[in-house]
Amino acid sequence: MTEVATRLTFECETGNYHTFCPISCVSWLYQKIEDSFFLVIGTKTCGYFLQNAMSVMIFAEPRYAMAELEEADISAQLNDYQELKKICLQIKEDRQPEVIFWIGTCTTEIIKMDLEGMAPKLEAEIGTSIVVARANGLDYAFTQGEDTVLASIAQRCPRKETNYLANKKQSLAKDFFENKSYRNQYISNNSFMPLVIFGSLPNTVTNQLQLELENQGIRIKGWLPTQNYSNLPIIEERSYVVGVNPFLSRTAATLMRRRKAKLIGAPFPIGPDGTRAWIEKICSVFSIKPHGLVDKEEVIWRNAEHYLKILRGKSVFFMGDNLLEVSLARFLIRCGMIVYEIGIPYMDKRYQAAELNLLQKTCQEMNTIIPCIVEKPDNYNQLERINELKPDLVITGMAHANPLEARGINTKWSVEFTFSQIHGFTNTLDLLKLVTKPLLRNNIFNSSEAVLYTSKSINTKL
Amino acid sequence: MKLAYWMYLGPAHIGTLRIASSFNNVHAIMHAPLGDDYFNVMRSMLERDREFTPVTASIVDRHVLARGSQQKVVNNIVKKDKEKKPDLVVLTPTCTSSILQEDLQNFVYRASLESDADILLADVNHYRVNELQASDRTLEQIVKFYLSKGHKQDSLSYIKTIQPSVNIIGIVGLGFHSHHDLSELKRLFSDLNIQINLVIPDNASVDDLNKIPQAWFNCVPYREVGIRTAAYLHKDFGMPFTDITPMGLTKISTFIREVENILGKLGKIVDYTSYIDTQTRFVSQAAWFSRSVDCQNLTKKKAVVFGDLTHTASMARILHSEMGVDVAWIGTYCKYDTDWFKKEVSDISDQVVISDDHIVIAKLIKSTDPAVIFGTQMERHIGKKLNIPCGVISSPVHIQNFPLSYRPFLGYEGTNQIADLVYNSFTLGMEDHLLDLFGGHDITNLAQTNSLSTVKWSTEASLELAKIPSFVRKTVKKNTESFAIEQSLDVITVKTMYSAKEKLQS
Repeated sequence: MTEVATRLTFECETGNYHTFCPISCVSWLYQKIEDSFFLVIGTKTCGYFLQNAMSVMIFAEPRYAMAELEEADISAQLNDYQELKKICLQIKEDRQPEVIFWIGTCTTEIIKMDLEGMAPKLEAEIGTSIVVARANGLDYAFTQGEDTVLASIAQRCPRKETNYLANKKQSLAKDFFENKSYRNQYISNNSFMPLVIFGSLPNTVTNQLQLELENQGIRIKGWLPTQNYSNLPIIEERSYVVGVNPFLSRTAATLMRRRKAKLIGAPFPIGPDGTRAWIEKICSVFSIKPHGLVDKEEVIWRNAEHYLKILRGKSVFFMGDNLLEVSLARFLIRCGMIVYEIGIPYMDKRYQAAELNLLQKTCQEMNTIIPCIVEKPDNYNQLERINELKPDLVITGMAHANPLEARGINTKWSVEFTFSQIHGFTNTLDLLKLVTKPLLRNNIFNSSEAVLYTSKSINTKL
Repeated sequence: MKLAYWMYLGPAHIGTLRIASSFNNVHAIMHAPLGDDYFNVMRSMLERDREFTPVTASIVDRHVLARGSQQKVVNNIVKKDKEKKPDLVVLTPTCTSSILQEDLQNFVYRASLESDADILLADVNHYRVNELQASDRTLEQIVKFYLSKGHKQDSLSYIKTIQPSVNIIGIVGLGFHSHHDLSELKRLFSDLNIQINLVIPDNASVDDLNKIPQAWFNCVPYREVGIRTAAYLHKDFGMPFTDITPMGLTKISTFIREVENILGKLGKIVDYTSYIDTQTRFVSQAAWFSRSVDCQNLTKKKAVVFGDLTHTASMARILHSEMGVDVAWIGTYCKYDTDWFKKEVSDISDQVVISDDHIVIAKLIKSTDPAVIFGTQMERHIGKKLNIPCGVISSPVHIQNFPLSYRPFLGYEGTNQIADLVYNSFTLGMEDHLLDLFGGHDITNLAQTNSLSTVKWSTEASLELAKIPSFVRKTVKKNTESFAIEQSLDVITVKTMYSAKEKLQS
């Protein structure tokens, strides 16, 4: 593992690793798409996972529920269509959503429930859109759940402006133009680039990224997903699309193949280096000369010096569970860290090509080892390697975090990267705070008289 | 299909994993898709376990769907056998393997040929049993397996210990305060001069199970897990057991008397009367608390109790018999064991609720409008919405219900903890009075909010209403409004209020 490579190396292990089930995407997508309802068609196992993983969120009457399969459903004694109809009608009555997402699970796959076949029929019958996404643990890991959902929504984006939409826009524009100050701004800026960004981010982050692009004179046509399902962006043939997250390869493929959109392959806007590269790539596609980006990145790095001091020369090990690993590793290497291993559930070398290039380039520029990328890792083997390498920081899931801490190894819970705001220039410091927290805390402990808080001595084998 | 937002009980495999991971050096391998090992997160987070949870998955993916697990499960078992050298590997089926219907028993057989560890297939069906039933069954299965193995190898020790001794059965990881309860039980038995022969499954090694028959009797503190094991040991080994939960003073006394009784039958005559007396009067403060003026304020206050079998039944008993609280209704989500539950609590309240639908429970709480709720985390959140205090007495729970400090629910120290919990859950009596006396801090616009209908409250009547102690205010308001509607009055005056009251009293 420690041998020095001059180019990126890829390995693939057994796939015995811990990650979240992809149905967890429900927890952030129902918040993002405000007129949606997510119905997970699965068993108690799925429900138990969701209610525990979402923890307190579950008490806030989320727009999500289980269609819990019972023995009679499995043995086909009940009619799937009738059962789903009953449930969807109830949801419609209780919550009036604009769209109901059916999240297919392992069980619906195994019993071959024809969700895609039933959805259009039921949609016509009850008059609420039904979108099917198969986010199951047989095929996908954690964040890939969002990918399956977005790939499904991508098919629902309007191809061109319908009369209804055009009228609506006109009337909106009319209201809009009554307001003088907006008018001037609008007129000077009304040239929309044929660009749609895909990936679900909190609204503040989408605004931040949009603003960065607007600074370069790029006004985008929209985001996938939008805040409202009823307001999906238009995707025409040969429009451009660009992703904000590394786990969206199915969505990218769908947009390219089914919608004939052109994918801008760029590194992802995570960390100031990634953000700059992302914007530069988009600018290059529209033949815009980016301005002010180099300075902006430099200022951000300078302001982050306090955190960089903590990170420089420290080593980090990604066990891998959410597909953000390559981008995060690239960012941390730029921060001066040494990355021993990048575990990752699934590696799409084509979709992540630009990110992988940037990773390699960053390693060379920082004059550090090029880490090995381990696809479908084996957690047991990884723990052996961690024991051998004794990294300063292990980025891992909750199943391993406490036991590793008890052995004197600093850990950062990887799921936090999924739920925190880490994109764009603006969130760099927040991202750094996440990474440095376990290291800082350890300094505090070590500087005091406190005895080591573990039951085992550090030398104990993992 | 069932529309479900929340479950009180987990799926079957969680029960099996809780048992397997509670033993020492037992490894569980789940036959499950990626992501189903969330159990490890719960163990590591909720119990803040320093050890890696001895649970791994033999992943079911597309290839397995197409070709069957074939060698995969066997390989995973054998691999784990080499890596961790466990005494026992429990192959755990999940909902996925239930439908795949692969011959897991055959994998177990083949794997056992190649590994040093014993291999068992947990005999639980996802679609038939829940988490608690599964844990009860798995424990019985493991105990049975080792006792019959010991029997065959002639390694069972049948000779009873010289001094009276007990096995405590059913202390399981992720149990509600169960580790604190265990300490308390150990203390109780040591006070009674009874040795602890074995605690199962908590941290027990499977080799220890040979020692089970040495104990004089078995103790099953929780109704949910261990009862099958105890019944089996009673039937096949003639071991008596007590399934009384020593929670609350009354039940502790009954429990100790039962132990006395069991020992008596085995030829050891003991009298614990003075022990019970001393403990009740001096160690536990709960008996004195019930007599104290503070507890007077609780008399006839309305409570509802909901949760698992053990804690709900015991808690309702304490409230009803030891504190004089009025238990409006009592319920459980353990639908599979309702006969026992109804028998236990029938004298406490006329209304016994059996439901695992939290929406039903929420509606019921709202219509009952109790002064306090004792329930699970879900009831705590229902209470928050309705502005009713709630004491958490049962799983499912959050991380804050795995306290670092010593918080048993069982035994004499448990009675103190419970008394605190009850007392702190109610709005403090004196505070209540003082608030009312001095107008309180919530009298503004009282009448206008949450009104039954269009009935208006006159200013004077509103002020009068504000003077009524807060814990009955809502009821008075409701009654008065119903009265006004009945009499077709548009505006409620002070006079209306008194008429309503008079009518109610007549």
